[in-house]
Amino acid sequence: MDGTAEQPTQAEPPQITRRWDGDALFRTLVVLTGISVLIVLGAIITVMVTGGWKAFSTFGPSFFVTAIWNPVTQHFGAVAPVFGTLASSFLGLVIAVPLAFGTAFWLTALAPPTISSVIGMAVQLLAAVPSIIFGMWGFFVLVPVMAHYVQPTARHMFGHVPVLSALVSGAPFGTGLLTAGLVLAVMVVPSITAVMRDVFVSMPTVLRESAYGLGATRWEVMRQVVLPWSRQGVVGGIVLGMGRAMGETMAVTFVIGDSNHIGWSLFAPANTIASLIALEFPESPAGSLKLSSLMALGAILMAISFVTLWVSRIFLARGEARAGKRS
Amino acid sequence: MTRPVFSQAADRPQRSGVLALRRKIIDKLATGMSWLAMLIVVFVLGSILWTLLKNGLPGLTLSLFTHSMGAPGTGGGLANAIVGSLLQTGLSILLGAPAGLLTGIFLAEYGADSKLARTVRFVSDMLLSAPSILIGLFIYMVLVEPFGHFSGFSGAAALSLMAMPIIVRTTEDMLRLVPVSMREAGIALGAAKWRVILFICVRAARGGIMTGVLLAIARVAGETAPLLFTSLGNSEWSLDMRRPMASLPVAIYQYAGSAYQDWMQQAWTGALLVTVGVLIINIVVRVGIRGGRT
Repeated sequence: MDGTAEQPTQAEPPQITRRWDGDALFRTLVVLTGISVLIVLGAIITVMVTGGWKAFSTFGPSFFVTAIWNPVTQHFGAVAPVFGTLASSFLGLVIAVPLAFGTAFWLTALAPPTISSVIGMAVQLLAAVPSIIFGMWGFFVLVPVMAHYVQPTARHMFGHVPVLSALVSGAPFGTGLLTAGLVLAVMVVPSITAVMRDVFVSMPTVLRESAYGLGATRWEVMRQVVLPWSRQGVVGGIVLGMGRAMGETMAVTFVIGDSNHIGWSLFAPANTIASLIALEFPESPAGSLKLSSLMALGAILMAISFVTLWVSRIFLARGEARAGKRS
Repeated sequence: MTRPVFSQAADRPQRSGVLALRRKIIDKLATGMSWLAMLIVVFVLGSILWTLLKNGLPGLTLSLFTHSMGAPGTGGGLANAIVGSLLQTGLSILLGAPAGLLTGIFLAEYGADSKLARTVRFVSDMLLSAPSILIGLFIYMVLVEPFGHFSGFSGAAALSLMAMPIIVRTTEDMLRLVPVSMREAGIALGAAKWRVILFICVRAARGGIMTGVLLAIARVAGETAPLLFTSLGNSEWSLDMRRPMASLPVAIYQYAGSAYQDWMQQAWTGALLVTVGVLIINIVVRVGIRGGRT
């Protein structure tokens, strides 16, 4: 484009080629705006790390391995909220992935086209529902169900089994890791389903048709043709959902139970990094060690979400490259 | 050599009957599970919408829109929260949209595949998926703590950081769809590159870019976490963006955790309003896209 614009012939009047056309100015403007995006992210990282510096320097490396969070003795460690973040997201994904996969399979292979597009659109729309709505639903609908039915039943069934009893111990509050995991699962199912459906659909129809032509059943086509073909994209979508779950604040804060203990019980109250920040920040005066510890946790969360996004991009990009090559 | 695994049955005629049955049963099981998964997902998501409607609709009265938040039992409304949400969302788009548009233009028209552009693209995606509470924490440190008070401006700034990456992405995608021949036509007529971009490319892609802006509004309007530490919330009527400002999601958060019946009712109705607003924008966008592509 530049090349064609800057090819004046000798015969052309000089005032046209020398005319100031504002290109340099506009170019500078857009490049600077682009760079400002980098500056914003750099500033966020800098603020988190410098804000958390007091905590890092006070506790040293032990900040990362201490499970104590005690505002009274001014002793803070990152392990409990990091554990809560990873455990609740893991539980959420374990529940969400099969549901999302089943739904995507149904949408792409089993449903009649018209119904598929309606349900597919509904599921996609629900990915846009604000997370506080999921939190409220969890708090008012799911927590009573967990407290009155799920937890007593689980204790009744597994309470005397040696290993499983540890998983179901604790008072039936209804809040806790599993409830948070369930709410997170409900929240990320629409987006994971949408990604899976898109990768399944992006597979060349010829592959699908030739498999059916050989007499494969729908499940065999899914398991042996579609899944191997779209593996990368599926993993990318799952990791993307994981990133969303780990950084989620509002949906979790309502149902996690606000407790900084680590235990095996699925029903024990816990905290994630995001919920701890949301709950304790209002009680952290500026310049305090507690605020600094929260910022340090923020820096850790930032690092976790950075790594997750990076990994998901690698998988999604590989999937896309494959789609481009084969189609 | 490249024999597909599922044709094994055909190789052994004597066992094909058993294998065919086995394959059929596995297929029935798998499709059955798939139906079950779909039904669970639809049931749970339907349950959320139904809970919202059931609990939210009874509180949908006129006084909700005419009164500001008040103490429990005094018949307050959500007027100040609704207006606060509109103001902060509006300002965040005013801040975020131009920046997002220019960055999108940089990525699509100038940067292409350069190292800088790839970095900007990746960082913009990082901002897109950054935990929203960290955005709030960041704005608190740079815009609230130095000034000594919470403000509507800082709330809008936090929201604009969430809106911008969405607009960057859609702008870039939409500009890339504009055919090169249109650019060449503009250049051939002697237009400067910036004029070609703004008056031909952006004009051609304006539908798609508007889609991005609408999606950004929908995303930002329902965000709670970035506002907790920035605009804080305010129970009084206030249009002063330099002071703490109410917003619908923060009001919902405060009311839902309370023990008062009428506050909880207003939390549900507020939640219904936010969800309906966000869903309407999304439906408009999707129907608009479908209409535009035919």
